[in-house]
Amino acid sequence: MAGIDAVVLARAQFAFTIGFHIIFPAFSIGLASYLMVLEGMWLRTGRRVYLDLFQYWVKAFALVFGMGVVSGLVMSYQFGTNWGAFADKAGPIVGPLMGYEVLTAFFLEAGFLGIMLFGMKKVGKGLHFAATCVVAFGTLLSGFWILSVNSWMQTPQGYAITADGHFVPTSWMEIIFNPSFFYRFPHMILGCYLAVAFFVGAVGAYHLLRDRSNLAARTMFSMALWMATLVAPAQILVGDAHGLNTLEHQPAKVAAMEGDWETHPGQPLVLFALPDQAAATNRYEIAIPKLGSLILTHKLDGEIKGLKDFAPQDRPPVAVVFWAFRVMVTLGLLMAAFGLGSLVLRRRGRIYTNVWLQRGMVAMAPAGFLAILAGWTVTEVGRQPFTVYGLLRTIDSVSPIGLPGVATSLAAFAVVYFLVFGAGVAFLLTMVSRPPIPGEPGPSPEQPMRSSGITPGPVAMAAE
Amino acid sequence: MFTLPWLDLPLVWAGLIAIAVLAYVLLDGFDLGVGILFAVEPEDGDRDVMVNSVAPVWDGNETWLVLGGGGLFAVFPLAYATIMPALYPVIISMLLGLIFRGVAFEFRFRATTRSGRRLWDLAFFSGSTLAALCQGLALGGLLQGIKVVDRAYAGGWFDWLTPFTVLCGIAVVIGYALLGSTWLIWRTEGPLQTRARGLAKILGIATLALIAAVSLWTPMLNPVFADRWFGWPGIALTAPVPILVALLAWQFWRGLRLCHDVTPFACALGWFVLCFAGLGISVYPNMVPPSITIWQAAAPPESQAFLLVGAVVLIPTILAYTFYAYWVFRGKVTADTGYHH
Repeated sequence: MAGIDAVVLARAQFAFTIGFHIIFPAFSIGLASYLMVLEGMWLRTGRRVYLDLFQYWVKAFALVFGMGVVSGLVMSYQFGTNWGAFADKAGPIVGPLMGYEVLTAFFLEAGFLGIMLFGMKKVGKGLHFAATCVVAFGTLLSGFWILSVNSWMQTPQGYAITADGHFVPTSWMEIIFNPSFFYRFPHMILGCYLAVAFFVGAVGAYHLLRDRSNLAARTMFSMALWMATLVAPAQILVGDAHGLNTLEHQPAKVAAMEGDWETHPGQPLVLFALPDQAAATNRYEIAIPKLGSLILTHKLDGEIKGLKDFAPQDRPPVAVVFWAFRVMVTLGLLMAAFGLGSLVLRRRGRIYTNVWLQRGMVAMAPAGFLAILAGWTVTEVGRQPFTVYGLLRTIDSVSPIGLPGVATSLAAFAVVYFLVFGAGVAFLLTMVSRPPIPGEPGPSPEQPMRSSGITPGPVAMAAE
Repeated sequence: MFTLPWLDLPLVWAGLIAIAVLAYVLLDGFDLGVGILFAVEPEDGDRDVMVNSVAPVWDGNETWLVLGGGGLFAVFPLAYATIMPALYPVIISMLLGLIFRGVAFEFRFRATTRSGRRLWDLAFFSGSTLAALCQGLALGGLLQGIKVVDRAYAGGWFDWLTPFTVLCGIAVVIGYALLGSTWLIWRTEGPLQTRARGLAKILGIATLALIAAVSLWTPMLNPVFADRWFGWPGIALTAPVPILVALLAWQFWRGLRLCHDVTPFACALGWFVLCFAGLGISVYPNMVPPSITIWQAAAPPESQAFLLVGAVVLIPTILAYTFYAYWVFRGKVTADTGYHH
């Protein structure tokens, strides 16, 4: 069995590769729905600006989708290379769900992405819109399977364990629709929507600061702010419900999020602290009495279990979970503040003229993505020291790969990812730094700007 | 629960995974080969044509690899959990190579400077070659056997690195280059096509020599393989393989001599199919030679049956769409038009 350091590095490698990967599918999920709305608005109102915006963003979509597929390829092998024991023991349950994700994505990519990207003039408006809807639905369906797998690892049910420690499915319905899925899935999808809304809003703001009269920039800015106004508060409600669900099923995670070590009624809300895992206490704590219990139990003297109720070897790394949670919540509140603040400015007719709102929105461009990464850190690190919560320990999940091997591959991934996806993100930013123009062209047929899947290009369609 | 007791699920799934891997080798083989041939085609215009000839299909081709890997995880988790650690550096290098060439496809057309473009061209070539080499090493590593104790890989760091696996690595690089050159014969015209024909002659000879070398070496790895190939009744099944390879070789050179467009490509694909069949004959009924059989590696029937439902609906759809896409993109690729018919 590999030593503890190799386990930490294997975790770091998974965190690094999935942290990079998750940005792209999150972007695809949000952007696909946005494109569907844009095309729907265009068909309904006939206003050219919606088509211009569709063409403007569909090019970014192709690039982002492509990077998602390339980084996803690594994920489908990572379970075997670094987590062989997990793959062997939990594979009968995790594997088929991931298999459905692959099949779904493949099916979607094969059929409809090409039409969406290149087929605007070839297949007619109705069919093209249908393809856009299928792509948007497909990205959600991919997310459905992945979130189902992840939720099962957090709140497993519908399984049996054989004498030699292997998970065997007993009910797929229970496995797929496990207790935390109904909270995690909407929380993630809303997170994707918010992330894209703030990115689109930032791009709109950036161009408004240069040319206040750009109609497409005004439209995307306004749409993004509407999303912020409506979705950011909704996300807080969903997140609260998700937290209550976690309290029920994974109390140790919630205790780490809250920084609560002792169990007593009327937990305080810890605003700031440096959790000390070894001493099992918080340093430099600033807390509001009773508020923690009020938020989590909706009662002033409700009891919340502290970390000391769990054996030291069963506690997640508290400081990471504690701080990641605060980063996520701060960003969430900030996004809601922008959403509600913009509503006030909107009523006064000032969203296109208020320079500070626009500068603020530009600064908020990565906010949603950072919140997603912070949220995933909370839920994944909070599941530690288990891979399948309460049942399979992380240390019993790794492949027998020694420290030098994991370290070398981690370094190689780091170099390659920064190089390759750095270049990709640079291309994306170059793309969106160009303002949208009336009569925005679609993806260029000259360059093979293709995402994954077999995508018949415009030339081929013209030849039919 | 849903388990399909009347069906030998592990065998069905082994067949499906084999089809996915074969589809991957045949499809991504030629587009990796086109990347490998960048080594001998330095001219920008030719390189554009070469990339354009595979641009519409490469990404779909590569997705079969995800299907193969994801499928293995889903239905043969023990095989997945032992092969991947055993071939750890090889698999990681292959993935990094594929990442490089995948993004090079997109980025070489966007590079604004000549040196930038050269850099992405280099990434395309080296990524393609590295991926092919690693696939050969992985094949060799699997054939020579993986040491498994207590359901986990129990070998050393560099067990996969032997003269035999290096030979397999070279064989796959050369074989893919052959697929690439014959693909170019089919899909291009003019001087590029003529040069591809010249390359195909050399690569054809080299590939046949390497196939022979690997085929003769494989039975020496393991007495079971030797018995399968040379003992009775195995020989009844195995004898047709070399005979068919020879027949295809005759067709291959005839096609080259008579300047047929498609025949050399079809024959090269045929060689790969036959080699794949030969591998199957050697390895069956093992999933991970020398000790884990298809049935031992299989996930429980509940898992295999669950995913089979999706696979039965979706894989034929994907295949049909693949054929359609290739049909749409038939015809020659030239420098000025991209695709024309």
